[in-house]
Amino acid sequence: MSGINIGVLAVQGDVAENIMATKMALEELGLEGIVNEVKTPEQISDLDGLVIPGGESTVIGTLSLVNGSLKKIKEKIASGMPIFGICAGMIMLSKKAKDRVVGEMDQPLLDYLDIKIERNAFGRQQDSFESDISLDKIGISKFPGVFIRAPSIIDVGKDVEVLSKFNEKIIAVKQGNIIGTSFHPELTGDLSLHKYFVNLIKTKH
Amino acid sequence: MIPLSGDLGNAKGVVRENVGSFATIRGTSTLKRGFAHMLKNGVVMDVTTVEQAQIAEEAGAVAVMVLDKLPSDVRKAGGVARTASIRIIQEIMDSVTIPVMAKCRIGHVYEAMVLQETNVDMIDESEVLTPADENHHIWKWDFTSPFVNGARNLGEALRRIEEGAAMIRTKGEPGTGNVAEAVIHIKNVNTELRRIKSIYDAGDEQDLISVARELKVSYSLVEETASLGRLPVVNFAAGGISTPADAAYLMTLGCDGVFVGSGIFKADDAKERAQAIVLATTFWEDPDKVKEAQKMIDERQSMLGLDTKNLDLRMQERGSTA
Repeated sequence: MSGINIGVLAVQGDVAENIMATKMALEELGLEGIVNEVKTPEQISDLDGLVIPGGESTVIGTLSLVNGSLKKIKEKIASGMPIFGICAGMIMLSKKAKDRVVGEMDQPLLDYLDIKIERNAFGRQQDSFESDISLDKIGISKFPGVFIRAPSIIDVGKDVEVLSKFNEKIIAVKQGNIIGTSFHPELTGDLSLHKYFVNLIKTKH
Repeated sequence: MIPLSGDLGNAKGVVRENVGSFATIRGTSTLKRGFAHMLKNGVVMDVTTVEQAQIAEEAGAVAVMVLDKLPSDVRKAGGVARTASIRIIQEIMDSVTIPVMAKCRIGHVYEAMVLQETNVDMIDESEVLTPADENHHIWKWDFTSPFVNGARNLGEALRRIEEGAAMIRTKGEPGTGNVAEAVIHIKNVNTELRRIKSIYDAGDEQDLISVARELKVSYSLVEETASLGRLPVVNFAAGGISTPADAAYLMTLGCDGVFVGSGIFKADDAKERAQAIVLATTFWEDPDKVKEAQKMIDERQSMLGLDTKNLDLRMQERGSTA
């Protein structure tokens, strides 16, 4: 088996942190593979797995629409490629997003995860918080949650597995090979979620 | 990777509270600096009205900065420039989903408090406004909201970080439509970073201590920065950016993103220009895409701009020795 090829969508946001975390996850698992920034449809078509990082979902969506990346990612989703969407990345993967203050949004989305998102669900930056959470279903009993102007999931379809909750709010989900989190594992130094994602790619590869 | 945690574990801006069955903590360095990380490779646009903020959001701005007047109008108007009307800031917060920042005067602790109470996402302690206290910047560790500060050189940047700034913007000369000063200051910072990196790599602690004395900043921060070979927080370029090519050029100098002040809404083709500058910032590594972006604007519509050599007011010098 050749090494796995993982990309981090490098349109906007905290790309470098995800590259670092994914590389370290590969290393800790003792797997062969490469992790690179990807921006163009050509780069995306060669991938075995993709991380869509945190950032501003309106910006990432608009700009990936412009150069055809959005369409290519949709094709890759249809072919079963695993994707890890973090914060803005999870919003990108969803079918529907609304903002807590502004209301219904008409922004470019990948239209896959059968979830309804509430953007900025916990409030503005001053309400951003850290808290220990758990993702017991995937064997992670304690994880440092870093929530930055985070979205939450207000509704899930029947194919969606809820991985974690913060009080009544859903903050992590999985549907097929796609995982989404409201929080930022790449900012914590805890690699368990990136390792879980890499294993998902390996199984599929 | 840029470190997320800063010093000062006992910062007053850090708030611990229980939410339902969870223990939470707010206002940490990870959250403040992490917020700035989410803006990387983006464009923050200066706006004065709801309409401009909506144009900025649609064009793909990663955040908006609310001012009472655009920097070039501040320059023209003279007098004292203060923080924007709270009512307008709130209206803008209610009408866009991207982060909203606002400026306070250098050293004006209570303007900053008011902005924090207003719940803006980031506070810019800015030389565009008239300084309230040029000798003492705000002690930003006391705040739960993150701050961005301007800097013209490495010492200034590190002193602001030591005071708790979560993000730096290398200063240009605001409101001139002239990118020259921004270029000089980024190059200054880069040259100084290379210098301390080489001292660090040579293992010369004695020389590194004299750098810390020269820059008037703690040894630990100098050492951390030297080991990274870059600023330990996200760094955007600002001041005088008017065209897509300006933005792309500054990105090539190693900035994490750009602030655009008067350059967009003082031009006659603001909407197209806002989109074009975002495109050029995102795809700065691809000259063909930057050309396409540059084609979206008309040079005859650019703001006229000023020669920075003959200015009565040099905003960049405000607070820079403190």
